[in-house]
Amino acid sequence: MTLTPTTVTTPTGPPAAAVFDRVVEAGDGILLTVPSGGRLRIVDLHGNQAVDTLFYDAADIGHRYSAFDTIREQGAVYLTTGSRLISNRLAELAVITEDTCGRHDTIGGACAQESNVIRYGEHTRHLHACRQTFLAYGAAAGIGQRELGHNINFFMNVPVTAAGDLKFDDGLSAPGKYVEVTASRDLLVLISNCPQLNNPCNGWNPTAVQLLGWW
Amino acid sequence: MRTETSYRHEIPGGAAWSSPVRAGRLVTFTAQGPDANLTTLLLGADRLDRLNVPDTLKAQMSARITAPMVLMSDRGLALASVTASSLDWHDALTGIGHEQHLTRFGPSSYGVDRNDWRRSARTGLVSELNKHGLGEADLHGPVNFFTKVGITEDAKCSFGFVTGHSGAGDSVTLRTEQDVLVVCAATQHPLNPGPYAPAAVLVEVSLAPPTELAGPDDPSVQFRPESARALEQTRKAFL
Ligand SMILES: [Zn+2]
Repeated sequence: MTLTPTTVTTPTGPPAAAVFDRVVEAGDGILLTVPSGGRLRIVDLHGNQAVDTLFYDAADIGHRYSAFDTIREQGAVYLTTGSRLISNRLAELAVITEDTCGRHDTIGGACAQESNVIRYGEHTRHLHACRQTFLAYGAAAGIGQRELGHNINFFMNVPVTAAGDLKFDDGLSAPGKYVEVTASRDLLVLISNCPQLNNPCNGWNPTAVQLLGWW
Repeated sequence: MRTETSYRHEIPGGAAWSSPVRAGRLVTFTAQGPDANLTTLLLGADRLDRLNVPDTLKAQMSARITAPMVLMSDRGLALASVTASSLDWHDALTGIGHEQHLTRFGPSSYGVDRNDWRRSARTGLVSELNKHGLGEADLHGPVNFFTKVGITEDAKCSFGFVTGHSGAGDSVTLRTEQDVLVVCAATQHPLNPGPYAPAAVLVEVSLAPPTELAGPDDPSVQFRPESARALEQTRKAFL
């Protein structure tokens, strides 16, 4: 496995070593803290890997990312560079400051055992799912069922048409594509590296992603 | 012997309302004026499981709500089915209006405006949730009945509010598939560029006739295999 170099050149300065560098294996998750002003990069190491992500104000988990407030405030469904990630209290939690993929989803939600049953049938009930991962890793911060809002799916492609149709499509991502968010306040970031096997959101083969942080 | 099997209630424009509604009821919302917007939350029988708009949309391959779609919960159950709608599009992408969206109409207070005090959907919904022991944490992606955003298939999938999408008399009917808590606000949509004029919405709740329940030939059961499976999971959960 070839990892992306852990240095980055920014327009404003010389390459700087990442202070945070972690691979999240296929189907695993993580809860991490990103301080205000910190930049978190998510690298799609092998391509077409959905990374289900929730953001919380580190000082108050009742203050959390809101997918539909974010969509309404930007007047557009897809997320990309410049998208402000808005909270349930209409505050800016973070901004997408770099994006080599070009489009990310925030209306598709997270997979769950129960929604897998609805979408694919009873035989999928005991497959691993993102909601499980969110609850497992969120528990340490007191994040339970009531605190799970609707998430971002980085690298996922959910086209919406003028006629009002929606589908999960092949990803636009490719090995090494990345997205970077800059925190507007101290954040908790809850990630599930999606284990979904039943649709093309992970290219039918969930793979590892890399997290890089500068702060 | 009880003979009353229905009731009607008008939610004034700008107001919020909530009520438990038992399984097997028809809930019809009827707009009482132009460009109504009814921001609606649904909670399941245990008041913890709640409407999951992303799951509802992706399971039924739709970016809008209309008949005969099934409204699904976090835990993969049917909360209600849309059994009738005069509109082919009810918005589920643009969330809940905040107090900040009202500032363009100028200051408003009870002291000056009395009961015409302008309050947001969010304020009303949180207030209603609190009455039932719930609160801000229970806010979730709502359905904005009677509202449509027109989508442009550009790089960001831009959209804008569609003025005139709904008018007085437009209606939508939900059939409750389990005991639910309905929480809604008849507030002007934050993207509606018009002057402040939130339309009232009439709510009518009645017993669904047995022929209206989700049998094998029901339009919601027939709509998609995913819709049928959600209804089947509710049958099992409340057997
Ligand atoms: Zn998933």
